[in-house]
Amino acid sequence: MKIELIAFGIARDIVGTGKLVMNIKDSGTVRDVRLELLATFKDFEKLASLKLAVNADYVEDDFQLSPNDEVVIIPPVSGG
Amino acid sequence: MKNIKITSEKLSVQECEQHVSHDGCGGIVVFIGTVRNSTKGKAVKGLEFECYEKMAVKELDKIADHAIDELGALNVAIHHRTGAVPIGEEAVVIAVSSAHRKAAFEACEFAIDTLKVTVPIWKKELFEDGEVWVSAHP
Repeated sequence: MKIELIAFGIARDIVGTGKLVMNIKDSGTVRDVRLELLATFKDFEKLASLKLAVNADYVEDDFQLSPNDEVVIIPPVSGG
Repeated sequence: MKNIKITSEKLSVQECEQHVSHDGCGGIVVFIGTVRNSTKGKAVKGLEFECYEKMAVKELDKIADHAIDELGALNVAIHHRTGAVPIGEEAVVIAVSSAHRKAAFEACEFAIDTLKVTVPIWKKELFEDGEVWVSAHP
Protein backbone atom coordinates (compact mmCIF):
# COMPACT_ATOMS: atom_id res chain seq x y z
CA MET A 1 0.00 0.00 0.00
CA LYS A 2 1.00 3.60 -0.51
CA ILE A 3 1.76 5.70 2.57
CA GLU A 4 2.21 9.44 2.35
CA LEU A 5 4.92 10.80 4.62
CA ILE A 6 5.35 14.38 5.78
CA ALA A 7 8.83 15.58 6.74
CA PHE A 8 9.78 18.51 8.97
CA GLY A 9 13.04 20.16 9.99
CA ILE A 10 16.20 18.29 9.15
CA ALA A 11 14.10 15.34 7.92
CA ARG A 12 12.83 17.54 5.10
CA ASP A 13 16.41 18.47 4.20
CA ILE A 14 17.44 14.80 4.22
CA VAL A 15 14.62 13.55 1.97
CA GLY A 16 14.75 16.71 -0.13
CA THR A 17 11.00 17.35 0.01
CA GLY A 18 8.25 18.01 2.53
CA LYS A 19 6.08 15.15 1.28
CA LEU A 20 6.95 11.77 -0.11
CA VAL A 21 5.06 8.61 -0.95
CA MET A 22 6.36 5.23 0.18
CA ASN A 23 5.26 1.76 -0.85
CA ILE A 24 5.07 -0.72 2.02
CA LYS A 25 3.42 -4.11 2.32
CA ASP A 26 -0.31 -4.16 3.15
CA SER A 27 -0.87 -4.08 6.92
CA GLY A 28 2.71 -2.81 7.25
CA THR A 29 3.85 -1.11 10.44
CA VAL A 30 5.72 1.99 11.46
CA ARG A 31 8.82 -0.23 11.74
CA ASP A 32 8.58 -0.96 7.98
CA VAL A 33 8.52 2.77 7.26
CA ARG A 34 11.46 3.42 9.58
CA LEU A 35 13.58 0.64 8.01
CA GLU A 36 12.78 1.85 4.50
CA LEU A 37 13.71 5.41 5.45
CA LEU A 38 17.03 4.30 6.98
CA ALA A 39 17.79 2.15 3.93
CA THR A 40 16.98 4.91 1.43
CA PHE A 41 18.39 7.95 3.23
CA LYS A 42 21.64 7.10 5.07
CA ASP A 43 21.73 10.49 6.81
CA PHE A 44 18.85 9.44 9.10
CA GLU A 45 21.35 7.15 10.89
CA LYS A 46 23.34 10.20 11.97
CA LEU A 47 20.42 11.79 13.85
CA ALA A 48 20.16 11.66 17.64
CA SER A 49 16.70 10.10 17.26
CA LEU A 50 14.11 9.32 14.61
CA LYS A 51 10.48 9.09 15.66
CA LEU A 52 7.32 8.73 13.66
CA ALA A 53 3.94 10.18 14.47
CA VAL A 54 0.64 8.85 13.15
CA ASN A 55 -2.39 11.12 13.09
CA ALA A 56 -0.57 13.61 15.34
CA ASP A 57 0.43 11.13 18.08
CA TYR A 58 3.72 9.42 18.84
CA VAL A 59 3.36 5.69 18.16
CA GLU A 60 5.40 2.56 18.83
CA ASP A 61 7.18 0.71 16.02
CA ASP A 62 4.59 -2.07 15.90
CA PHE A 63 1.73 0.36 15.11
CA GLN A 64 -0.13 -0.96 12.06
CA LEU A 65 -0.66 1.61 9.33
CA SER A 66 -3.66 2.28 7.08
CA PRO A 67 -3.45 4.05 3.72
CA ASN A 68 -5.15 7.23 4.96
CA ASP A 69 -3.01 7.71 8.07
CA GLU A 70 -1.12 10.96 8.39
CA VAL A 71 2.45 9.78 8.97
CA VAL A 72 5.01 12.38 9.97
CA ILE A 73 8.77 11.96 10.34
CA ILE A 74 9.84 13.54 13.64
CA PRO A 75 13.58 14.26 13.87
CA PRO A 76 14.97 15.43 17.26
CA VAL A 77 12.78 18.31 18.46
CA SER A 78 14.29 21.59 19.65
CA GLY A 79 11.52 23.98 20.61
CA GLY A 80 11.73 26.61 23.33
CA MET B 1 -7.84 26.94 32.60
CA LYS B 2 -5.30 26.53 29.87
CA ASN B 3 -4.36 28.66 26.90
CA ILE B 4 -2.19 27.33 24.09
CA LYS B 5 -1.02 29.46 21.19
CA ILE B 6 1.36 28.93 18.29
CA THR B 7 1.91 32.01 16.18
CA SER B 8 4.31 33.65 13.76
CA GLU B 9 3.52 37.03 15.37
CA LYS B 10 5.67 38.59 18.10
CA LEU B 11 4.75 37.16 21.52
CA SER B 12 3.38 39.28 24.35
CA VAL B 13 4.50 38.40 27.87
CA GLN B 14 1.70 40.55 29.26
CA GLU B 15 -0.95 38.74 27.24
CA CYS B 16 0.35 35.37 28.38
CA GLU B 17 0.32 36.52 32.01
CA GLN B 18 -3.22 37.87 31.70
CA HIS B 19 -4.45 34.44 30.63
CA VAL B 20 -3.41 32.89 33.95
CA SER B 21 -4.22 35.77 36.29
CA HIS B 22 -6.88 34.75 38.80
CA ASP B 23 -8.15 36.05 42.14
CA GLY B 24 -7.56 32.62 43.66
CA CYS B 25 -3.87 32.57 42.80
CA GLY B 26 -1.17 33.73 45.15
CA GLY B 27 1.60 33.68 42.59
CA ILE B 28 2.38 33.66 38.90
CA VAL B 29 5.61 32.27 37.45
CA VAL B 30 6.51 33.32 33.92
CA PHE B 31 9.29 31.73 31.87
CA ILE B 32 10.46 33.66 28.82
CA GLY B 33 12.72 31.89 26.38
CA THR B 34 14.60 34.44 24.27
CA VAL B 35 16.90 34.24 21.27
CA ARG B 36 20.56 34.41 22.31
CA ASN B 37 23.19 36.09 20.12
CA SER B 38 25.70 33.24 20.27
CA THR B 39 26.02 29.50 20.66
CA LYS B 40 29.25 27.80 21.76
CA GLY B 41 31.12 31.04 21.17
CA LYS B 42 29.83 31.48 17.61
CA ALA B 43 27.74 34.51 16.64
CA VAL B 44 24.10 33.72 15.83
CA LYS B 45 22.17 36.00 13.46
CA GLY B 46 18.75 34.68 14.44
CA LEU B 47 16.59 31.61 14.76
CA GLU B 48 13.98 30.03 12.56
CA PHE B 49 11.30 27.79 14.05
CA GLU B 50 9.31 25.18 12.19
CA CYS B 51 6.33 23.41 13.68
CA TYR B 52 3.98 20.47 13.07
CA GLU B 53 1.16 22.56 14.41
CA LYS B 54 -1.64 20.04 14.82
CA MET B 55 0.52 17.77 16.96
CA ALA B 56 2.37 20.57 18.75
CA VAL B 57 -0.95 21.96 20.04
CA LYS B 58 -1.91 18.47 21.21
CA GLU B 59 1.39 17.93 23.04
CA LEU B 60 1.30 21.40 24.62
CA ASP B 61 -2.23 20.65 25.76
CA LYS B 62 -1.02 17.46 27.48
CA ILE B 63 1.70 19.45 29.26
CA ALA B 64 -0.83 22.00 30.52
CA ASP B 65 -3.17 19.21 31.65
CA HIS B 66 -0.41 17.54 33.64
CA ALA B 67 0.61 20.85 35.23
CA ILE B 68 -2.98 21.45 36.35
CA ASP B 69 -4.06 17.91 37.24
CA GLU B 70 -0.85 16.65 38.85
CA LEU B 71 1.29 19.61 39.85
CA GLY B 72 -1.23 21.95 41.42
CA ALA B 73 -1.24 24.71 38.81
CA LEU B 74 -4.45 26.77 38.59
CA ASN B 75 -3.99 28.18 35.10
CA VAL B 76 -1.38 27.57 32.41
CA ALA B 77 -0.64 29.55 29.24
CA ILE B 78 1.97 28.41 26.73
CA HIS B 79 2.70 30.59 23.71
CA HIS B 80 5.30 29.56 21.14
CA ARG B 81 6.50 31.50 18.15
CA THR B 82 7.26 30.07 14.72
CA GLY B 83 9.11 31.38 11.68
CA ALA B 84 12.04 33.78 11.91
CA VAL B 85 12.74 35.20 15.38
CA PRO B 86 15.40 37.92 15.74
CA ILE B 87 17.99 38.12 18.55
CA GLY B 88 16.50 39.23 21.87
CA GLU B 89 12.88 38.45 21.04
CA GLU B 90 10.76 35.83 22.78
CA ALA B 91 10.58 32.34 21.26
CA VAL B 92 8.40 30.93 24.02
CA VAL B 93 6.44 32.33 26.95
CA ILE B 94 5.00 30.09 29.66
CA ALA B 95 2.88 31.51 32.48
CA VAL B 96 1.62 29.43 35.38
CA SER B 97 -0.50 30.56 38.29
CA SER B 98 -1.18 28.67 41.50
CA ALA B 99 -2.49 29.23 45.01
CA HIS B 100 1.04 28.99 46.44
CA ARG B 101 4.31 29.77 44.66
CA LYS B 102 5.97 26.34 44.92
CA ALA B 103 3.46 24.66 42.61
CA ALA B 104 3.80 27.45 40.04
CA PHE B 105 7.62 27.20 39.99
CA GLU B 106 7.49 23.42 39.67
CA ALA B 107 4.79 23.37 37.01
CA CYS B 108 6.53 26.06 34.95
CA GLU B 109 9.84 24.18 35.02
CA PHE B 110 8.05 20.96 34.11
CA ALA B 111 6.35 22.72 31.20
CA ILE B 112 9.50 24.11 29.56
CA ASP B 113 11.54 20.93 30.24
CA THR B 114 8.86 18.71 28.69
CA LEU B 115 8.22 21.07 25.78
CA LYS B 116 11.86 20.67 24.76
CA VAL B 117 11.49 16.86 24.70
CA THR B 118 8.05 16.13 23.29
CA VAL B 119 6.65 19.04 21.28
CA PRO B 120 7.28 18.82 17.50
CA ILE B 121 8.92 22.19 16.99
CA TRP B 122 12.33 22.54 15.36
CA LYS B 123 14.83 25.36 15.68
CA LYS B 124 17.42 26.31 13.11
CA GLU B 125 20.32 28.56 14.11
CA LEU B 126 21.38 30.98 11.41
CA PHE B 127 25.08 31.90 11.26
CA GLU B 128 27.06 34.18 8.93
CA ASP B 129 28.44 31.10 7.18
CA GLY B 130 25.52 28.70 7.27
CA GLU B 131 22.69 27.21 9.33
CA VAL B 132 22.25 24.30 11.73
CA TRP B 133 19.19 22.38 12.97
CA VAL B 134 19.61 22.44 16.77
CA SER B 135 20.00 19.09 18.62
CA ALA B 136 19.60 17.09 15.41
CA HIS B 137 22.86 15.18 15.89
CA PRO B 138 24.25 13.54 19.03
